[in-house]
Parts: sequence; structure tokens; C-alpha cells
Amino acid sequence: MTGFRGATGAPGTTGTPGTTGTHLGMPAFPEAAREAVRDGVLRANLRHATHTIRDKRARAVAELADWDRLRAAGKAVKDHTLRHLDRYLLQLEAAVTAAGGTVHWAVDADEANRIVTELVRATGEREVVKVKSMATQEIGLNEALEAAGITAYETDLAELIVQLGHDRPSHILVPAIHRNRSEIRDLFRAEMGRWGRPAPDPLGDDPRELAEAARLHLREKFLRAKVAVSGANFMVAETGTIVVLESEGNGRMCLTLPETLISVVGIEKVVPTFRDLEIFLQTLPRSSTAERMNPYTTMWTGTTDGDGPSAFHLVLLDNGRTDTLADETGRQALRCIRCSACLNVCPVYERAGGHAYGSVYPGPIGAVLSPQLRGTASEIDASLPYASTLCGACYDVCPVAIDIPDILVHLRERVAQGGPATRDGIRVRIRPARRHTAERAAVRASRLLLDRPGALRAGERLLARARRLAPRRLPGPGRAWTDTRELPLLPAESFRDWWTRERGTSQ
Amino acid sequence: MTGKDRILARIRRAVTPPGGQAGTGTGADVPRDYLRVHGARTPDERVDLLAANLAEYRARVHRTDGDGLRDLLGRLLADAATVQLPPALGHRLPSEPSLTFVPDRAAQTPRELDRVDAVVTGCALAIAETGTIVLDGGPDQGRRRITLVPDHHICLVRVPDQVVDSVPEALPLLDPRRPLTWISGPSATSDIELERVEGVHGPRRLDVVLVGASDRGRRPGARER
Repeated sequence: MTGFRGATGAPGTTGTPGTTGTHLGMPAFPEAAREAVRDGVLRANLRHATHTIRDKRARAVAELADWDRLRAAGKAVKDHTLRHLDRYLLQLEAAVTAAGGTVHWAVDADEANRIVTELVRATGEREVVKVKSMATQEIGLNEALEAAGITAYETDLAELIVQLGHDRPSHILVPAIHRNRSEIRDLFRAEMGRWGRPAPDPLGDDPRELAEAARLHLREKFLRAKVAVSGANFMVAETGTIVVLESEGNGRMCLTLPETLISVVGIEKVVPTFRDLEIFLQTLPRSSTAERMNPYTTMWTGTTDGDGPSAFHLVLLDNGRTDTLADETGRQALRCIRCSACLNVCPVYERAGGHAYGSVYPGPIGAVLSPQLRGTASEIDASLPYASTLCGACYDVCPVAIDIPDILVHLRERVAQGGPATRDGIRVRIRPARRHTAERAAVRASRLLLDRPGALRAGERLLARARRLAPRRLPGPGRAWTDTRELPLLPAESFRDWWTRERGTSQ
Repeated sequence: MTGKDRILARIRRAVTPPGGQAGTGTGADVPRDYLRVHGARTPDERVDLLAANLAEYRARVHRTDGDGLRDLLGRLLADAATVQLPPALGHRLPSEPSLTFVPDRAAQTPRELDRVDAVVTGCALAIAETGTIVLDGGPDQGRRRITLVPDHHICLVRVPDQVVDSVPEALPLLDPRRPLTWISGPSATSDIELERVEGVHGPRRLDVVLVGASDRGRRPGARER
């Protein structure tokens, strides 16, 4: 699991403490996907899961006659907030501080990890319990804490499965969606004892039995934990209220039992008013778990005497978000409320699985968010805008109407042709990705030919005559393209020649 | 330059059009033509919908009036030995000699709380359309943790006056400065092959008691409907 920033800090893994959230050594999407689609068990698990959630979601959404208006309102709230993000973050900071919390600002993953590590060290504790959080996976917090001698325990059932398996999450909402019950049973039997309370013996593979094993294993940690780390779904600028939606109660355990709570939250998670929650508390659960409401939602504002943590720290995370904000087409990806509806409808995700995206954010949203947060310099990030059929299903289900196909095309253009972008707050010009040089040369050559009809006609005839000699696979830079495609057979006669023969005129 | 200064400077550069000024929008550009309530209901229909949605999410729903409450609670607590209790609820509870009532104290450790069998609380309000009860740490609800660690939560809802139709109706009645816990059915997970399992970390059992007309005790802050 070397170098994967989203990996969890299980003992024995060698995560490198976070720097920029890139995935060194990860294969590009086409290679990773080719491996994944050969895995029949994985494809069956994914197909079952995505179809189940997608059908349930459609029913839950159909219950609300005003869905389109809620969607438009959610989009408008997020767009408005992004346009005035500086103002709302300052308002949030003031409100959280007034309520007894402390606000920290982190430009990148390194800074965020340093802040959290120092906060944990100051408590004198060597272990923390964690609520499932995309932001802390993005910055590789578990590895950074591990390097500082602090153990982070994931407490969401799926995250626990991922952590015990020295594995990576493959779905935003259901991180262990790629594992079936017997794999999980084997994992619990082999690994739980190394982390704390071992799995009951014997242990069957009924989900009920497995959930009970997780309950017993984790309860010990909840009851003794002094420090917890979380993310958040929303932050309210007006009141300083932080909101976490969950199902299991592990979130509530972490958010209320420990003495110190540290929440690491992307700056795009702020909404202006408490009232704005009326939109997202209707659209998020229905889009995400297809429920009218998730079992538990916790809202807290600073600290409350005698109830919950006595110290609350909010770490506001940039890590590429302001660069994304600077791109007028791409910035709409910051509206994302991490519901994962786009994953469950995507024909590419369904077959390739989440790991192929080489990113904490898989699926269609990952294909637009990761190359923006991390830039398109690496091979995996340059390949992500192509991990799509542009069918548009992701846009149709998005509860904040992110036009993912539009951003994909925009990013493909940037990868292929280069152009202006913002990296680390500085406006730069991106050069075309190297592997697109041959493609660009081919386009230039064809332009030359298409501008000269006589030469084109002669070329077509020559090709038709030599068609038996045509190779089934392209040589050189075209080889990768024909690895996965049949090269079309050349026709015996060009269209123009056919037209002239049939109609007796060349016009 | 601090991290804060750098982030704010980057945001301002990012949202300012070349050569232009960033806007001074007020939020008026958000269309709020979505519905406040999904369907017209009488108070009784609202309570019925709450009961149906709670039951669909596997909470057990009971109805009684102020006079029947003690008996009902006695039955629901039949297999409990210790019951956690917020300060303002004592008078409502059954006087079974076999039950030990534990008050909600700040000094109680999580391990002590883990030995408690059941907890009885009131709520701030309930939302019919989503089958949700909302707790705000009021005197009849206690600290957040008491409805989390014990395995059985019994929540009393005064009907119809504590029941609202929808999420947009609920938010203006809640005080964001208080810690809020929204509960829709018992703790659940679908992380293993998407098969729903109740009681992962929170209470395995959620009983919601809809307490009807003969009960006249009203907590300040609850809205009359």
C-alpha cells in the first residue's frame, strides 16, 4: 500500500506521512480498470450493491414532489457561498470561537497533519478514535499520526473492515463495498485480536454476527478514548454549528464521549445559515442511503458545559480547494456534498470499482475532483478525466446539479492541449500531457491532408488497394489504443469513389 | 503570512473576475420555491404519519395518554434492572421496586453508563415526514450520551403538540446553540453487502411513546400548533 494517501494506518502498513495527497506509483486508470474488470467476484459485489442503492434512491427521491426545486436551491446556496467564501469562513470562525471552540487554518495536507498531530500530542494521548471522514483520508492523517507514534482507530464498520484488511476504501458511502461477508468474516478472525478485543469464536458470516463482533471490539475503544477526530458534512457560518450525518452511532460515540474533539473539514463545507440545512437534510440522506433521514444526525456549536467534549478544535482545510475555486468551469465540483449517488449510476464505476480511480474520491465525482485538487501532472490524474463514457447519468442524479460531463470535457481539454490553471494559489500555464504529443501530430497531419482534396483522394485509393496489408493493431504510439479496440477494416472502395460510380458525378 | 491569510488571499483572487470586483450578494439569489410541507394534514394525520415512518425504520411505536403512561413504561422496562433518567422526568416513571433509577450526572463515567440497561427521555420535537425525533439536551432529555450508550432508549413525544410536518418546519423551532441529536430509528448499518443490521453502536431498541391528550405538562419552548 506504499504511498497511497487514502490508506488507513493499520499496523504494519508503511504509509508515507502526507505531503500533497498524490498517489505516487499508482497505475493510470485504464491499467487499474483492466485488472478490476477481470475480477468476477468484485464485479458481482459491485453490481449488486450499486443496483440496490440506485433503485432505492429513485424511490426515495420520487416521494418529494419538489425535488427539482430542492436541487436548484441546493446548487444556488453552494454557488453563492463559494462566491463569498472568504466572508463566510470568517463569520464561521467568529461564531465557533464565540461558542468556545478554536479554529485553525491549513493550506495543505502537511499543515493540517501537523496541526492535528500537535493537538493530539498536547493532550498526552497516544490513540484517537475516528469518525469516517473523506478529508482526513485525503490528507493521509492516519499515516501522519502513525509516524508520530499515535494510533488512529477507524470506528465506522466499513472503515474498520478496510483498516483491518490493510486495504483502501472503494466507495464514498460504503467503503468496503468490494468485500463480501465471507471475506469480512475471515478478516475479523485474523486481525481483530491484533488491534484489541479479538473476534468471538466461533464467528459466522451473517452480517448480524459480524456487526456484533465490531460492536464488542469497538466499544472498548469508545469508552476509554480521550481524543476523537472527525470530519463534517456541513458547517453553518451564521451560528458556528457543525453537522455530522451517520447511521451506526459510532459518530455520536466519537463526537460526545471523548474530552477533546478535532474536526478536519474542507472549506467548501460551509453554508451561510442554519435555515439552509432544511435543503440538504432533505436531499443528502435520500441521495446517499436512499432513506428519508439517516438514523443519527449530530449538531454541535463550540462546547457545551457538562455535555460532550470540553475542548473543540476545527481545522479548516484548503489542500487544492482554492485552486479549484479559481477555475470557473471546474469550481462547481466544490458544490459536492459527498452523497455518492453518482458512483451508483456510473457504468464505468460499476465495472471498474473504486480502487481503479487511485484516489480517495472515486467514481464520476472523483474523476473531476481529484485532478483539480491534485493537479493533472501525474499519470493517474491525467487519466481520470477519461474514466467516463460521458453518458450524463451522474449529472441527472446529482442533488446539487454538478455538471460532471461538462467538467470532464473541460479537464480533457486541459490534459490534451494544456492551458491556464491555478496551482498552489499561483496562475500557471499547463503544458499538454506528453502522451498527447503524437495525437496532436496526427491531427496536424490530417489537417494538412484534408485541406488538399486531390492528395486525400489519391491516399484513399492507395489505402483501399493495400487493405489486405493493413495491420490489426497499430504500431508505435497507437498501440495502446488498439489494445482494447478492434481496428476497423478498410473498405474496398472509398465513399467518394462509390458516389462517383453510383451517381456518375464527383459533386 | 499565516495559513489563514494565505487561504483568504487565494479565495479572493479566485472569485474576483479579472480586473473586477467580487460581488456583495446577500443570499437573495437562492430560490426558495421548494415546499415547506409535503401534503396537507390534520394534527391526527400528522401523528399517524410520524408513527408509520418511525415503524418503517424499525422503531417500536406505542400510544397512551398521561394516565396510561406509568403502566406502559412498566411493561417496556420489564427486563431492565437499571434505568437512566434526566432530572425532569422522575414523576412520570413507574414505581417498580425492582428498578434502580440512575440520575444523569456530569461525573458519571462512560463505563458506568455502559452498565445501564435502559434510558427514558422526552424530546424537543418530532418530524412526521421523516420519522425523526430531535433531542436538544433539555431538562427532560439530559446529556447526549445517555441516549447513546445504553442499549434501550424509550422516548416520550407529546402528541400532537410536539409533532411538526417537515424538516423546514422543524429547524426554526430549534436552538442551534444547544447540542442537537436527530434520531430516525435505531442505530443501523448496511455496510456488509448492504444488508441492514440494527444496533451497531447506538441503542439496539428504540421505543417511541406517543403520549396523548390527557397529559397537559408542557415544556417551555415547545410550539403550540
